[in-house]
Amino acid sequence: MPKVEVKNLYKIYGSKPLKALDMVKNGISKDELLGKTGNGIGINNANFVIEEGEIFVIMGLSGSGKSTIIRCLNRLIEPTAGEIIIDGENLCTCNKDKLLEIRRKKITMVFQHFALLPHRTVAENAAFGLEIQNMSKEQRKEKAYEALAMVGLKGYEESYPSELSGGMQQRVGLARALATDADILLMDEAFSALDPLIRKEMQDELMELQASMKKTIVFITHDLDEALKIGDRIAIMKEGVVVQVGTPEDILDNPADEYVSTFTKDVNRTKVLSAAAVMKKPDYVVTRKDGIHMAVRKMKDASISSIFVISKEKMLLGLVTIDSAIEAIKKGETELTSLLIQDFDRTSPDTSLEELLPIAIRTKYPIAVVDEQNKLLGIIVRVTVLAGIAGEEIENV
Amino acid sequence: MFRLPLGDYFDYLVHWLQDHGETVFDGIKDSGMWVIEHLEDILLFLPWWLLVIIFIALGYFLSGKKLAILSGLGLCLIYSLDLWEETIETLSLVFTATFLALIIGIPLGIWIAKNNTAEKIIQPILDFMQTMPAFVYLIPAVMFFGLGKMPGAIATIIFAMPPVVRLTNLGIRQVPEDVIEAAVSFGSTSDQMLIKVQLPLAMPTILTGINQTIMLSLSMVVISAMIGARGLGEVVLNGVTQMQIGKGFEGGIAVVIFAIILDRLTQSIGKSKTRKRKA
Repeated sequence: MPKVEVKNLYKIYGSKPLKALDMVKNGISKDELLGKTGNGIGINNANFVIEEGEIFVIMGLSGSGKSTIIRCLNRLIEPTAGEIIIDGENLCTCNKDKLLEIRRKKITMVFQHFALLPHRTVAENAAFGLEIQNMSKEQRKEKAYEALAMVGLKGYEESYPSELSGGMQQRVGLARALATDADILLMDEAFSALDPLIRKEMQDELMELQASMKKTIVFITHDLDEALKIGDRIAIMKEGVVVQVGTPEDILDNPADEYVSTFTKDVNRTKVLSAAAVMKKPDYVVTRKDGIHMAVRKMKDASISSIFVISKEKMLLGLVTIDSAIEAIKKGETELTSLLIQDFDRTSPDTSLEELLPIAIRTKYPIAVVDEQNKLLGIIVRVTVLAGIAGEEIENV
Repeated sequence: MFRLPLGDYFDYLVHWLQDHGETVFDGIKDSGMWVIEHLEDILLFLPWWLLVIIFIALGYFLSGKKLAILSGLGLCLIYSLDLWEETIETLSLVFTATFLALIIGIPLGIWIAKNNTAEKIIQPILDFMQTMPAFVYLIPAVMFFGLGKMPGAIATIIFAMPPVVRLTNLGIRQVPEDVIEAAVSFGSTSDQMLIKVQLPLAMPTILTGINQTIMLSLSMVVISAMIGARGLGEVVLNGVTQMQIGKGFEGGIAVVIFAIILDRLTQSIGKSKTRKRKA
């Protein structure tokens, strides 16, 4: 079951929205509606699902309805029509008490301009959500301190927000949201007010935190680079309509329409594509048991000049070159172990192409993609990196 | 030409109220007088120098050395002009009137901040209360409460209340939208919102309103000497009516000193709060 499901969601601004809604459903354009009835379209028939534990980015320019849609998810803005189903419950029809309960326990939010209370200390700000739930003073202080430590603000608990930099203030905003233990985190342009360096730092940290927290995050941004960087999936909005929903690679490779492709045209692909996206399956490898002759044969079959050697559990042991293998055969050796070399490059699957590029240019061997246990996941040779940058299908190379 | 007899209608209204609301007005008058007179008794029972010391201490702790010296010198001057008793009379009247104006005004301000219709209705009434020449309040006040301090206090409350209502309203409405959104998104009820977010953030503005209300109270209390509210206003009034320029000047100076001290004291309450936040 998806965590959040948005079905046929509409938001019409202005008076008598229901009357305008019919016209919108019949396909009236935004400008036409504004001229006729004075109503504005905030969201026009949005449909998408958000899976548990993913970072779902909603991207669009200003006025595209992205801020409206995120505010519908906790009913800061009342949708005009449609359903928002969270953990199987329809948010749009639940009563006031239930709504308060959901806002307190299930959904939390981080704001673009931090929205901290200037008369409270950092810790008191972080404890705000817990205070609203009438948690005891000691308990909420403890939780607030914990959350602040998590976002790297240890030692600033008793400062006031005005004494902190923008990036640190947003960390307080994040800590305030994390302190309530809600499993859905709404982030409304959370990093847009920060300068580029701090912004990148915050993005990295959010992803690091997310790796351990596994929250369901809905992240709003107007910046495609940011969307591609942190999003597991991205929804692109234009004039209230969700134009495309897909993974970053999807969006780049198969833009749904011209609007999306004008966005993606200028994207630096090396930043988006990861090693995992371009690596080849490790089809040509040998195990230690296979011996030198087998290694030489496989290299000949594949017309390659070196081959990776793995254990039975697919752990990477090393690399053997064709020259050393032939030399060894001449000497009558059969054991691979003595031939293994280690001075090739290893990388993790989520390394970006941008980082791989200089390695690929320098190295004379293929790059091994390994996981944390040193298990061989894939192989990258220079040509696959270049093909990835050019945006071509690897199989065609 | 047709002349709308607006004055006659108002006359009629006042008389009607006088006839039918006598017990109510008497009740208000008695309880009000009780407060004013007891406050006066207490303040006059204290030796004058003790009161001066209290003001110096207040000035010192709320603001600093400067205000402490100003309060000390100012009050000593008033004492030496032999206007102490009149000053205390004025002080207790200002206190009572301000207190009542705030008790009514702050909740009213909160209400109109949260309710747009109420704001539309109350705003013009506030305009009316503020722009109507202050003397006009004195006449019905006298008719309902007779001569003396109580009608003075009532006229003062009406005249001095608008600023605190307006500024409470303004302060609450000026709380940034995203802070409100944040509070809602964490599940605040509207009471929690008011107590934990809106009032604290509006406090500097509300304190400005309180300061303005105190200042207006003081000016009105002086005017209400015309209906027998006594105090410093009477000294000034006598000076004017009996052509004793010197005496009138002394009364005027005492009012000014007193006003400055009250103004600086109440202003520094707001400032000391903000300073703590930044420190």
